[in-house]
This record gives sequence, structure tokens and C-alpha cells, in this order.
Amino acid sequence: MHPLIAAKAKEKLLLLGNEAIVRGALEGGLRVGAAYPGTPSSEIGNLLFQLQRELPGLYFEFSTNEKVAMEVAAAAAASGLRSLTCMKHVGLNVAADALMTLAYIGVKAGMVIVTADDPSCHSSQNEQDNRYYAKFSGLPMLEPATPEEARQMTAYAFELSEKFELPVLLRTTTRVSHARAVVEVGDLDPYQEETKGRFEKDLRRWVPVPAVARVRHQVLLEKMREAMVLADGSNWNRRYGKGRYGIIVSGVAVNYVLDAVDELDLAEKVQVLRLGFTHPCPAGLIAEFLKECETVLVVEELEPYLEEAARAVAQERGLKTTILGKASGHLPRFFEFDPGQVKEAVARAFGLSYQPPEPPSLTWVPELPPRPPTLCPGCPHRETYQVIKEVLEELGELPETIFPTDIGCYTLGLLPPIQMADYLICMGSSVGTAAGFSVATNQRVVSFIGDSTFFHAGLSPLASAVYNRHRFTLVIMDNETTAMTGHQPVPSQELRPPELEDRPRIDIEAVVRALGVSHVVTINPYRKKEAKEAVRPLLAQKELAVIIAKAPCILYRARVSKK
Amino acid sequence: MEKKRILAVGVGGQGILLFSRILGEVALRAGVPVAMSEVHGMAQRGGVVETNIVLGPVRSPLISKGEADVLVGFEPVETLRALGRANQKTVIISSTDPVIPQIVKDGLATYPDLAEPLARLKETFDKVYLFAGEKLAKEAGTARALNVVALGALAGTGLLPFAKEDFLNAIKTLVKPRFMEANLKAFEAGFAVTAGV
Ligand SMILES: Cc1ncc(C[n+]2csc(CCOP(=O)(O)OP(=O)(O)O)c2C)c(N)n1
Ligand code: SF4
Repeated sequence: MHPLIAAKAKEKLLLLGNEAIVRGALEGGLRVGAAYPGTPSSEIGNLLFQLQRELPGLYFEFSTNEKVAMEVAAAAAASGLRSLTCMKHVGLNVAADALMTLAYIGVKAGMVIVTADDPSCHSSQNEQDNRYYAKFSGLPMLEPATPEEARQMTAYAFELSEKFELPVLLRTTTRVSHARAVVEVGDLDPYQEETKGRFEKDLRRWVPVPAVARVRHQVLLEKMREAMVLADGSNWNRRYGKGRYGIIVSGVAVNYVLDAVDELDLAEKVQVLRLGFTHPCPAGLIAEFLKECETVLVVEELEPYLEEAARAVAQERGLKTTILGKASGHLPRFFEFDPGQVKEAVARAFGLSYQPPEPPSLTWVPELPPRPPTLCPGCPHRETYQVIKEVLEELGELPETIFPTDIGCYTLGLLPPIQMADYLICMGSSVGTAAGFSVATNQRVVSFIGDSTFFHAGLSPLASAVYNRHRFTLVIMDNETTAMTGHQPVPSQELRPPELEDRPRIDIEAVVRALGVSHVVTINPYRKKEAKEAVRPLLAQKELAVIIAKAPCILYRARVSKK
Repeated sequence: MEKKRILAVGVGGQGILLFSRILGEVALRAGVPVAMSEVHGMAQRGGVVETNIVLGPVRSPLISKGEADVLVGFEPVETLRALGRANQKTVIISSTDPVIPQIVKDGLATYPDLAEPLARLKETFDKVYLFAGEKLAKEAGTARALNVVALGALAGTGLLPFAKEDFLNAIKTLVKPRFMEANLKAFEAGFAVTAGV
């Protein structure tokens, strides 16, 4: 049995934040999970995928994108089964259309939406702060600070969700999802048999035509008022210490603040308001706190979400407390924090002296070569780039060609010596922007997309390109897996783990042809001579063409063959 | 116990995550508070990898400028790169076997000559242990045991409140049986680097 489910209540395990979320979800009786992978959320889906084999009554799937995953989880929760979906921060943009209206119609059984944000863009194209999605959609939000809290909050999120019949956002960041710490696990009821829910029809609830939507919006706002009262009294919102100075903090920064209070010896001078239930923002609690403090520092990564809430509270209640944070320049609005930075900000805010430890003089350290992430030695993507590059060079087209790209291992083709990635917005943008460049310029356009990304967001722009007669070449890099995020399955894969043997296979070439693309070839990028010959005619003309470069990721191949 | 902040740095594929897991498991079993922060995803593709491990009464699982008590370097250039997180008293344990970045192989950057910087490293910090980690790992049976050589070296310093047996037991539960013998040898080889000094 997997150690995560073998552990009995009160046992202590050393868990990753994401593992703790899975344990918490199972303790909360999760029945249906669906996700599309994305760092820093990926381990949650990977684990649920693996654990469903051992837990009858647990269903999990990798859906083709976050919106689909959210819809699967929403319908399960509407049918009375506790459900969860998890995604990286930008995944919630993809699912946002579903999210905004799901907030109106709500759920029956508990539903948890994990959004794993990535301050400092460790593995992401931006560092958006998804706490605003809670405010935007009107859904309750919990923000764990540690793996232990992540476990407890996930289990609690199901109850909270059922209380208001609304999905609950569980917002982590990289440093919570990928923190590893001691977690004392709770009770896990056995998963014994397959469980089915039942969907009760209710046209005035589940079908938000305008007449229904107008009513449901008011219902949502009323629930928010009730939820705010709950947030004010929630055990996730705690106070420590005493004094005329105060700190309001949430997320992983809770740890940095509590350490700073210890290390600067401030327990008698500074009160801390630690917030874990952060939407609706506990206005009453914040007001009381502000009333008791002369000066309050708000410590939160990324956007001034709590800081603005505190200012609004102060304005509404006519409080004169000085509120410091981002607006005052004590802390930045970008990147993740580090504990030393928080310690310095605390000291500065309250006029204390603090001398951070200094490294000795390091002027003797020579210039060090950078170590950007690179494609693995022998990676098929490298071969594909080489094939396309040589043919374009031979055609004299290389310098003028625009290479829109997409997100996956192959994005690393932006680095020398390959340098064939010129433009990127988000998943699927390789296809839509190729269309745009082909309309806006006379340059040749050759864009690149991975197999997983193609199923995630490439199908619909390709249909649009066919219909609108756009002129570009799309290279689909079919390495039979979602490599970047840890080798999750793809609907087209031939090379598959044993547990997926019985799934139908969706052939990419057949899909592309069915969408109406007539110039299509599939190549093996390792057979360079043949591959070059096959793609040359497609690159020598400007009609819409699709090249499918098919060769498994070498790490994935090694992993599957080991099983 | 006093708090101890341990920074481990190296390159994707060197087994730093397992190093930290084992160390964390040792602490868990000894009842010492432990928290760590790992890097997953993009950075693992041949990039720089670090884990921050804190033991004792401290909550923040990240180590700031000058705050490391121990710096464990799996690769010499990565050790040098991380020195801003160390202070005079930081104990430095580092392998001296280079891993040449792809960018250097492609002729786009140069890898420095290490003799001089490693000598300066020893002069600058109070306690520095250098060893040929990859060579020791290979002698133990597999180059992949570099992480356990490093663990042995950390254990051998006696800086942590754990017995040698605690480490060996954790290795026995976390390392695959196939690689056990090589890993136990690797641990001893690392241990000898620092314990004898
Ligand atoms: C909306 C969104 N969801 C998820 C991700 C995380 N992510 C980055 S690349 C990728 C998929 C990569 O798979 P594929 O396109 O097959 O390329 P490969 O890595 O296999 O080369 C994912 C899921 C993201 N960046 N944006
Ligand atoms: S993981 Fe696979 S696809 Fe990604 S760089 Fe390595 S070989 Fe290429």
C-alpha cells in the first residue's frame, strides 16, 4: 500500500505540501478528482492518479485542460460526490469561464479547487496572484502556510463547501506545495466500493439562463455575507502576542513573520494576525486588530490583497492606524519573499535595529557559467528543430521565418544553439498567433506545439486557421507524453503505462486531417534524411501545413519500459 | 536543540531531493522538528537545484543571505554560486568534481579553473571540507550515489544531533534494495572525509 494511505491517524509523515493536500482530500472523503498538470500543482494529480488503483471508490482523471477538469469536478459535486480539481495559477485562467458561473450555480457535495501559485515564476510564464479570483468569483478561499495546514484545510474545505453549497478555493504557492515538513495525519475512512451520486434536476438552479443567473448572483452575494461572519470567527484566523504594533500575514510568509518575531524578540511588542481563511476577508477581525494597533505591517507575497482590504476596513470604520506594506515600499509587489527580507521589513516598520548576517567578501569568486535548463541529451525535440532548421536554411528562409512557440520542454528551443522560439503567450498560443502573424506579415511562419498542449488548446485555433485560410506550418512535437510537468498521459500516446492499456487512442494525424488540413506528414525526427525530404515540400510552400514529429521523450520511454 | 539551516546545492539529476528526503526522515525519526523547501519542475532539467533544510526551532523553510549554518555543495561551481547565503562560520562541505553545463559544451560560456577559487574558499571560511564526490561514489559502486556520499560527509562532521545509525537506518528504508550496498559504501566514504578531520 502507498505510505500516504497506509498511515493511521496520528502517525507522523514527512510530506510535501501537495502530498498533504492529497491526504487531506482523502480524509475528507474525496470521490472524484480531475486535473490538468502544471507546476507547482502536479504532484497532487500524479498521486491521485496512482492512488485510485488502490482505492475503489476514488475516481481520478487527467482531463485535456483545466476547464474540462473543473467541469468534471463540478458535475460530480452537483451529483453529491465530493470532488477536487487542482491546477497551476494560469490554469485557473483557462478554467475561469467555468469558475465564474459555477459560483452562481454552486454545488451539492463539497468541491475543492486547488490553485497553486508561483511567485518568482520558478516554472511559469507569469506570477499572477490568484487570490483575486476568489474576490472576482465570490468564492470562499483558504490559504495554508505549511503542509500540516494544507492537510487540515483541504479536509475542512469540503465541509465549508457544503455549508455554502459553493466550491472552495485552496490557494497555495510553490513554497507551500513544495515544502516538506512533518504532518500528523488524521482519520482515513476506508474506500471500499465504487460510489455513485445522483443528480437532482432543478432548472432554477443548474441552468443559468438570464432569469436564473440574476437570482443566483444575489444568492451568491448573500452567501458571501454569511461567509464573512464565519471568516471572522474562524480558527484559521488567529492572533498572537501583544503590543501596539501589529502584523497581518497570510500564506507561507506566516512562517517568516513568526520567525522574525522570535528572532527580533518582539513577542511583547508586536501582535500578529495570521489569516488562513482569506476570502471573504474577515473584516470584523481586521477592524478589531487595527483598533488595537498604532502601526500595522501587512506581509503577503505578490499583490496587496490583504493590504487593500485593511485600508478599506480602516476607511469604513474611520480608523487612523498607519498601514504599511507594499504602498509604503516596505515590501515589493513582485517575487516570493525570503525570510531575511521579511525580518528587515519588520524591523524597519517598527523602527528597530537589525543587522542581517553578511557573507564575507567574495570578490575572488570568478565569473560562473550560468546553468539554464536545457533539453536532455538525446531529446527528440532537438532532432526535430534540427530537421526544420536545416530545411529552412537550404530553402534560404531561415532568417526571415517567425517561430511562434508554445509551452513544454520544447520551449527550451529558444536558447542557443537552436534559437527557434520567437513568440509565446500561453498554452495554445502557437497556433492562434501563427494565424495572426500570417495575416499581418509576409514572413514565413513556422510554429511549434507539443502533443499535450495540442489537445489542451491547439484544436480549436487549428480549426479556425483552416476555416480562415491562414498560411503557416504547424509542427506538432509528439513525444507521447506531457514531459515538462512529469510525464502525465496524453490521449494520442501509443507507449503507455499498463493501467492505461485499455484506453482508446486518438491519432493526431487523423485529428488534423479531420479538421480539414490537407498538407500533413508524420516524421521520425531521428531519421534525419528521410524526415528532411518529407518536410521539404511543406516548407517550400505557404499553404497551411502540419508536420507531426513523432518520437517518444527519452526519459518517459525509459520510465515506461522499467515498469 | 539549536536551530540548524542546511543549504544543499547542485545540478538537476544529482539526487539532491533524495539527499534531503533521507535527512528529513532521520530528523523525523529522531523527533527533531524539520522543514524543507524543494525545487521541482523546470529547474530540474539540467539546471541549478537547491533544497533548504531547517532543523530545530525555526519555521521558515528558506535560507536567506548569510544565514546558512551548513552549505552542502554537490558541484564546485554551484558551491561558489551559493556563497552569498553563507557567513564566515558556515561549515562548507563540497564535492570538487565538476558537472560541465551544456552551455559550456556548446562553447557559449566558460567553466572556470577551480584551483584558485577552491584555495580561496578554504582561506575565507572557517571550516571547509572538499572531496571528489563523484570519484568516491564510483568507487562505492555507482556515480549516482554522490548524494549519499554528501550525506555521509554531512553526518561525519558531527554537526547534527543524530547518530550514524540513524542515517544508516533511513538509507535502508529510502534507497532501493538494488542500490543498497553501493549506497552504504558511499555513506562510509563520505563519512570518512569529515569524521577523521
Ligand atoms: C494553462 C496552463 N496549464 C498548465 C501549464 C503547465 N504546463 C507547462 S507545459 C505543459 C505541457 C507540456 O506538454 P507537451 O506540450 O506535450 O510538451 P513536452 O513537455 O512533452 O515537450 C504544461 C501542462 C501551463 N503552463 N499553462
Ligand atoms: S524530458 Fe523528454 S521531452 Fe523533455 S527535454 Fe528531456 S527528453 Fe526532451
